[in-house]
Amino acid sequence: MSESREMTFEDVLEYVGRRESEAKLEAVTTTPSPRRPEGSCGSGSCGCAGEAPPEPQGELLEKQVDRRQALGMLFGAAAVTTQAASACSPASLVAEEEREAKLLEWQEYFKGNFQRMTRDEKDATIGRLERLAQLRQGVEVAIDSTEALPGVVYGYAFNISKCTGFRNCVDACIKENNLDRRTAAQYIRIFEMEGGEVDLDHGDATFQHEVPAEGHFYMGTQCFQCANPPCVEVCPVSATWQEPDGITVVDYDWCIGCRYCIAACPYWARRFNWSEPHVPAEELNPNQHYLGNRARKDGVVEKCTYCIQRTRQGRLPACAEACPTGARVFGNLLDPNSEIRWVLENKQVFRLKEELHTEPRFWYFMD
Amino acid sequence: MIHLKAFLLDALESATTGGRRYHLWMGGLTLVMLIGAYGYWVQLRDGLEVTGMDDHVSWGLYISNFAFLVGLAAAAMLVVLPAYVLKDVDFGRAVLLAEGVAVSALLMCLAFVVVDLGNPLASWHLIPFIGILNWPQSLLAWDVVVLNGYLLINLAIPAYLLYSHYVGRQPDKRKYVPWIYVAVLWAVSIHLVTAFLFAGLPARPFWHNALLGPRFLASAFAAGPAFMILLLWFIRSQTEYPIEEGIFSKLAMITAVAAQVNLVMLASEVFTEFYFPTHHMLSAQYLFFGLEGHSALVPWIWTAVTLNVAATLVLTIHPLRRNPRWLMGACLVLFVAIWVEKGMGLVIPGFIPSPLGEIVEYSVTWVELAVTAGIWAMGLFVLTVLVRVALPIELGRVRSPHLERVAGD
Repeated sequence: MSESREMTFEDVLEYVGRRESEAKLEAVTTTPSPRRPEGSCGSGSCGCAGEAPPEPQGELLEKQVDRRQALGMLFGAAAVTTQAASACSPASLVAEEEREAKLLEWQEYFKGNFQRMTRDEKDATIGRLERLAQLRQGVEVAIDSTEALPGVVYGYAFNISKCTGFRNCVDACIKENNLDRRTAAQYIRIFEMEGGEVDLDHGDATFQHEVPAEGHFYMGTQCFQCANPPCVEVCPVSATWQEPDGITVVDYDWCIGCRYCIAACPYWARRFNWSEPHVPAEELNPNQHYLGNRARKDGVVEKCTYCIQRTRQGRLPACAEACPTGARVFGNLLDPNSEIRWVLENKQVFRLKEELHTEPRFWYFMD
Repeated sequence: MIHLKAFLLDALESATTGGRRYHLWMGGLTLVMLIGAYGYWVQLRDGLEVTGMDDHVSWGLYISNFAFLVGLAAAAMLVVLPAYVLKDVDFGRAVLLAEGVAVSALLMCLAFVVVDLGNPLASWHLIPFIGILNWPQSLLAWDVVVLNGYLLINLAIPAYLLYSHYVGRQPDKRKYVPWIYVAVLWAVSIHLVTAFLFAGLPARPFWHNALLGPRFLASAFAAGPAFMILLLWFIRSQTEYPIEEGIFSKLAMITAVAAQVNLVMLASEVFTEFYFPTHHMLSAQYLFFGLEGHSALVPWIWTAVTLNVAATLVLTIHPLRRNPRWLMGACLVLFVAIWVEKGMGLVIPGFIPSPLGEIVEYSVTWVELAVTAGIWAMGLFVLTVLVRVALPIELGRVRSPHLERVAGD
């Protein structure tokens, strides 16, 4: 301990930072320890203490002790000893992981707004979040932070004549975006409308019968990624903003949960996590984006991001891909050869509540 | 410094000593606060799911109370205005009490906002430089600034006055009167800003009208002085603190005029909504008459309107207003009516129907009721302590023990 006392605070910070990048590397190179079922191995008296941990876990353990030491120094806890380094029982491993997770969560608490992070800070938080997903949920996720592609602004067009109300898009969206399964949250709503008028007030988004129903048509809503978004304006902490490619995103870790944006949205596009969201590990989509479908927490707002984790990789949003009738057209508004441009130039299109000057990047059209 | 320590000790003593009824009152408030704390603990543990709010009605009882109490905080300043700006000495005695009401109401406002946050631990993100305060874009950022500024001013002025009296010094007018002018203007601003927070949302036609701000002010300037009348009457009947008779008739006049203006504005609003009904009046229809079989707020709003009209009538008829019993009754009724109208009647219908035309109703849960009651108890607790500390000093009963020594030197 005398050696560690001579370290300065800066040394400690640097040390923690180095551990972090190593931890990130580790997440890529080693198999994660599987999540332990509660109560089976947590007490240390379960009789499996003699088992030698496999090689990668041993390495993991050593590094975690280092991390814990760093934590102890940070908090000035003199009681930290290195005894645990020689311990090899799963129980102590669990305790180590718990400490590591706590430290990571502590560091996460003080991080800044994603929009203002440096590249290094972005990488650091992503490393922490990926590691936390292993430690807390026992799942391996990859969180991407690809920036907006140059020369791209996304737009969406919805063909009212083609939609038949199957809601495959809704299901695909739920799976792709890791939406809370317990409350059945949905970004997309499909309104069943009486033929003859386009008035959502007379539409029904809760229909439960065979579709398409006689004399009805179907209209989907979701976040329209307004060019002039009222939700962004009202956020008191700038936790939500419009990206250069036109997608309005939320920094889930910066949101304070005041729900002013929900009140401000004229299209009812935003969702709040009224409790801890839950997605079963086997259903989790591990391909995530920091501003997209990564794990949300209790008490923060989320919304449709045109599947930012897919679209920035040149793929279609899950809803557009899932649609069996071809009612959904998605593409780059700045590309004159894109299908969306063709629709805008050759069809009679309209948008919802144009009088509000929100300039949605989501158009409706008919054949 | 020696005075400051004695001041704090004496303040503590004033606040903690009293008769049996006083202790019962404070004990009762503490009990309600504890129930509220339990409710909040449940909410923190399980999430805002335990409230009646959902994605459709995303603000409920908490923000309703917030909107009402901002008005109460602002209106307390109406008592200060005549005292200093119009140099009406009658009101001088009531100023400290008014600022006590403002401070208590502001603390309740801030508490209601905090309990409404989904992620209260992240509220440090609001602090400029450390976090990001999205000012001047967000009206909520404006509200954070004006409410905290107003709280500081209303803490500083009474603290300076009381402390000066405590140490037997005449307060220096050059030091505090300018701040009183600032506070009066600031009072108007906190309420307008809070109204703009709602009125600035084109997504919600029910709030998006130019009358909302003025109506906020009118209703606040009715409810605030009504509360002051009740408080001053209570203090006069229970203590020897001299409150001149004249103050009641003046406050009653202010309350009466504000209540009348408020009713005129209500009528104007109802006319615009219902003369030629449009798509934008669906919220008003929901509130006053129900919409497609949903009518949870209808009994509330008609009760509020009835009480409002009755109280305004009593306040308008001179003989009745001059009769203390009628006056007190009218003030109490008016206060409750405006609370219902501004709370349930303003915030909630803004969300119904939703921007996509869906109707989902809101009903409060026990957690919201417990937390709300707890915060009100906290406000009354703070107000009681402030009054309890201020009165003996103002009556000259409590003075710094070091004074005589200083004087004798």
